[in-house]
Amino acid sequence: MHFDNEELPAAYLQYTRTKIIILCIGVIILFFLLILSISSGAVSIPPIEVFQTLIGESVSLKWNKIILSIRLPQALTAIVAGAGLGCAGLAMQSILRNPLASPFTFGIAHAAAFGAAFSIIILGSGVMQNSSINPYVIDNPFATTFVAFISCLLATAVILLISHLKRATPEVTVLAGVAIGSLCTAATMFLQLFADDTQLAAVVFWTFGDVSRADWGELAIMAVVTVLSLVYFYYHRWDYNAIDAGDETASSLGVHVARIRIVGMIVVSVITAVIMSFLGIIGFVGLISPHIIRRIVGDDHRFTIPGTIIMGAILLLASDTVGRVIIVPHVVPVSVVTSFLGAPMFLYLLVRGYNR
Amino acid sequence: MILTVGGLSFQYKSREIFNDVTFELGRNEVLAIMGPNGVGKTTLLRCLNLILKPTGGTIMVEEQNIMHLAKRDVAKRLGYVPQKQESGRMTAFDAILLGRRPHITWDISEKDLKIVHGVIKRLNLEHLSLQYIDQMSGGELQKVSIARALVQEPDLLLLDEPTSSLDLKNQLEILSEIRNITRFHSVSVIMTMHDLNLALRFLNKFIFLKSGMIYSAGTCKDVTPEMIHDVYGVQTAIREMYGYPVVIPLTG
Repeated sequence: MHFDNEELPAAYLQYTRTKIIILCIGVIILFFLLILSISSGAVSIPPIEVFQTLIGESVSLKWNKIILSIRLPQALTAIVAGAGLGCAGLAMQSILRNPLASPFTFGIAHAAAFGAAFSIIILGSGVMQNSSINPYVIDNPFATTFVAFISCLLATAVILLISHLKRATPEVTVLAGVAIGSLCTAATMFLQLFADDTQLAAVVFWTFGDVSRADWGELAIMAVVTVLSLVYFYYHRWDYNAIDAGDETASSLGVHVARIRIVGMIVVSVITAVIMSFLGIIGFVGLISPHIIRRIVGDDHRFTIPGTIIMGAILLLASDTVGRVIIVPHVVPVSVVTSFLGAPMFLYLLVRGYNR
Repeated sequence: MILTVGGLSFQYKSREIFNDVTFELGRNEVLAIMGPNGVGKTTLLRCLNLILKPTGGTIMVEEQNIMHLAKRDVAKRLGYVPQKQESGRMTAFDAILLGRRPHITWDISEKDLKIVHGVIKRLNLEHLSLQYIDQMSGGELQKVSIARALVQEPDLLLLDEPTSSLDLKNQLEILSEIRNITRFHSVSVIMTMHDLNLALRFLNKFIFLKSGMIYSAGTCKDVTPEMIHDVYGVQTAIREMYGYPVVIPLTG
């Protein structure tokens, strides 16, 4: 069959170029936000000094320590977590064909909270101490993180098993996730009944997702997992587009639909489990970043995947920055700010409709 | 022969849907699979491009048994358009470009873009090219889906009830377009169909399925009222009007 008439579609090329430009603008915004985020906080650092430090040509050394050991890892953590959770949400919405899907859909967040509560209350990893700098210190954050991670994986395994038995039908997977989520919530509440005041406070504190918890080492782990997952998602962008066109169509285009679903769910689970067990519960960014970006560049995963990575990073970094400056000297956890900032923005976009 | 199907059978949870289906299709031919609701027309179509795994038999596309090919390689030889089209916030061009997926390794090439552009021009869809498919009518969406299957550059096109949700004008347009494509490009078509009049008018060959078997097969000129009665249980007469064969139901 020969339909090739040796002519390139000029209008279409222009149309894709516009989308690439939009993505580039997103990257530029993210870069400026990074500078702004590092420069603001309890101590203000002039943005130009931040820039010079980042490119390794700082003239004065007085900001170096704050920038390199506190603010930069925190900002990069926000970027990595935002990108990872956003993209995980996008993948879930596509493979489960459900606009409400997010990393929360699997009850992974609830499982992480349960794991942390179990560790703090039963294993005693989190008796809080009063220190003047930070009133909430968990004794053994590694144990808490580890147990939260294991709990996430267990919840995921149950959901995957059920999905696999039902040939990865999206409805079954979503409903199983909701059930597991409420089971974990109930278990967490049950544990809290038997907790003393300090343990209870530690559990509640843990669930406030916070990007300042990670140090360079933990950031490196999250970054590696996130980057690998994002490469996986981007590699399969055509498969997600095909699944959007319907399971039958996807299958007729050579996509192993059930396999893409199961593997996609595993990748989403790992990325979410890693991020949430290090940082606590960060909701909403995974749900709305994909929707926001879809309203700007459309449904094509060639553009929504990089777009969601940028959008998730911007959203979480902006939330963290606002959280640090809004009621100085208090720091509002990023998970709270995300919803406060994200929800109105999302509602506005919903009402306004699609960008043409 | 472009397609040779031998002894094809399919069971769904120990329930036999069809058994020992055997037929051949030549190049540039258009075949209608017809029969009552629930007889397994769509299932047969899905088995032909292995969306469903047949429980027995062989499917040869030009001497090559496709039963053992990788899914991607099957997709290079057979295009499929389901009865129901999903639409999303994608331009028609992007939706059609998706048909190149079996040929894409990492990213689209200029060749892919040229083929998509060529098919869009061939089907006169240029004015729709950059429109979102979720704003399109049923007829436009059907044409976009057929275009998507065509850019796969298949030897064989499988269409599940391509006219069932279309108005009269769109039915005629789609079917004459399909007939033209098979004439001028080397592709054969199999479609499931309910409308006997359209089948007799536009298609070369037919298969009537009845209780999981091929009841009769041949060229569309050979369809008789007796066959229609045996398959559908309806008395009909076939008359020629203005040069077209017309099936007139006599009961009911």
